[in-house]
Amino acid sequence: MNGALLEVEDLRIDIGSGESRHNAVENISFSIDRGETFGLVGESGCGKSITALATIGLLRRPLAISGGSIRFKGQDLRSLSAREMRKLRGNRIAMIFQEPMTALNPLSPVGRQIAEMFVLHQGASWHEAERKAVEALASVQVPAPDQRVKNYPHQMSGGMRQRVMIAIALACNPDLLIADEPTTALDVTVQAEILKLMQELCDARGTAVLMISHDLGVIAKMCRRVGVMYAGHMAEERAVADLFRTPAHPYTRGLLGSLPRLGSRGAHGRKRLQEIEGVVPSIAAFPAGCRFEPRCERATAICASTQPGQTDLGNNGFVRCFHHG
Amino acid sequence: MDSAPEPLLRVEDLSVHFPVQGGVFNRRRKMLRAVNNVSLTLNKGECLSIVGESGCGKSTLALSIVGLQAPTSGSIHFEGRPITGKAQPSRIERARMAQIVFQDPYASLNPRQTVFTSLAAPLRLHGIGNGEVESRVEEMMRLVGLKPDQAKRFPHEFSGGQRQRIGIARALILNPKVVVLDEPVSALDVSIRAQIINLLLELKERLRLSYIMISHDLSVVEHMSDRVAVMYFGQIVETGRWESIFANPMHPYTRRLLGAIPDPFAELSGKKLIDEAQAPRPPSGYDYHPQQFDRQDVYSAPQPSQLVAIAGDHCVRLAPVA
Repeated sequence: MNGALLEVEDLRIDIGSGESRHNAVENISFSIDRGETFGLVGESGCGKSITALATIGLLRRPLAISGGSIRFKGQDLRSLSAREMRKLRGNRIAMIFQEPMTALNPLSPVGRQIAEMFVLHQGASWHEAERKAVEALASVQVPAPDQRVKNYPHQMSGGMRQRVMIAIALACNPDLLIADEPTTALDVTVQAEILKLMQELCDARGTAVLMISHDLGVIAKMCRRVGVMYAGHMAEERAVADLFRTPAHPYTRGLLGSLPRLGSRGAHGRKRLQEIEGVVPSIAAFPAGCRFEPRCERATAICASTQPGQTDLGNNGFVRCFHHG
Repeated sequence: MDSAPEPLLRVEDLSVHFPVQGGVFNRRRKMLRAVNNVSLTLNKGECLSIVGESGCGKSTLALSIVGLQAPTSGSIHFEGRPITGKAQPSRIERARMAQIVFQDPYASLNPRQTVFTSLAAPLRLHGIGNGEVESRVEEMMRLVGLKPDQAKRFPHEFSGGQRQRIGIARALILNPKVVVLDEPVSALDVSIRAQIINLLLELKERLRLSYIMISHDLSVVEHMSDRVAVMYFGQIVETGRWESIFANPMHPYTRRLLGAIPDPFAELSGKKLIDEAQAPRPPSGYDYHPQQFDRQDVYSAPQPSQLVAIAGDHCVRLAPVA
């Protein structure tokens, strides 16, 4: 692999303007190599989705990038015009959303929505594009693709719709696929099929994946490296195996301890789950120092006043905590 | 459990069918078979979990148990007394038998009522005087880990986890014996789930409650349940104590469900929860029912099949081989 595909550095996103301006995401840095799978994990409201939207230039007011840089293949995405960004989006960087029913156009047959990609980005004729749409639908293992292209989204099941979304996203062989909770709305057995499909297709095409999820199991299954976000900060960024073996940030440790583990009751009897006390702070009231400080059992005076910097943990991993380990 | 199980709630041969209209002028009528001949027993002090994918009928079954959905046929008995059909008790009486905690604490609380008003309403309906209402609400708030003076607030002033605590308080305020938990933690943030799971288990011990939990999260099911029933297309395909369901899943659907869970620790250790090469064969003379997935039709009656005991009370749905 030759270098980073996507480099996000010191990304800062604010919400609102003037007096009601608040910081939503701050100091987010990560990079994804070609063909690599990177996960962003965190709870709702931690800023993982807006980080992804910022990456492909889809942030809308009241959200706005207020600092940092996003480089894709060395090119600064923040300097691109809306038109240049539109050329890139869907073509080199594609996105899959959580709820395929709201992401697909209900008034257009799915085949046409796939074909649109070839027309817009590859200059194909509609006739040619619709033929390619059947192939694209076949590649995501939809049975009878030549019939299914005529279906409207409401005529398909949730799993089938998400396959259509994947077909659209991968139509132009993008370098980067951003998947925002792609299986959260699906049943667990369908989720397993969709994840397997994504993995196979991206592996075969060398597509890098930025996977956003609140589900640590999905991240462990799909990703090589992972960033744990909490209240708009990157708490810890590690190789997946390192994160689960030796979580360094107290939040990560708490999160892993709070999960009921399959098989653990059988082996050790039922133990009380470890709780993380308190609640996630609201965006208007983020603490000045470490944002996890009010809930952290290791917090000391310095945590309340100063934001912890990155501590290198080796193997390309870091943690932002004064009392990690 | 130490003592012999004491049946509290018995569901017998329960079916719920919904008429679905279609065709020209809605003249064609079909029956959607949401629940097909389900029989279940909930013992005192037990947590019975019903698992299955969306649309398998688990929530319809739960609604029937709390009296929010009339069954098409079959019966439900509470402490030996029928609570469906002609002899069914009034809603007021029924409210003290079974209550429900809903999945989404944002949608299930009235945004225009203070928490106090929401919690006091069932007590008032049951003719409890003002003084007692206040002390009961206060007691309930404490029990679920909230401060009594927070009852003056409106639902939007609470976080998701706190709202679910209020939902639990409302379900428990009439001292019901059975509580139906419909996906109690799946709408909550990961770091909040443990708090609610611990709370539910504590309350179960302290108030001697019996739970029927509807869930699709099998790690939560394993942690909380005493017995598990796996539902597929309106039928129970496998049921038994949690140990035997998780250690020896038999039915192909149960195995598929267990095999589909992305468990972070299993992923990394490379251990498979389910090894398909070692799928247990059905007993001779039988085959699993259904044998094929994705071919089910909710409109036609299922093929004849029966729940056959494999070991103890571990039962699997099988169809005799022709």
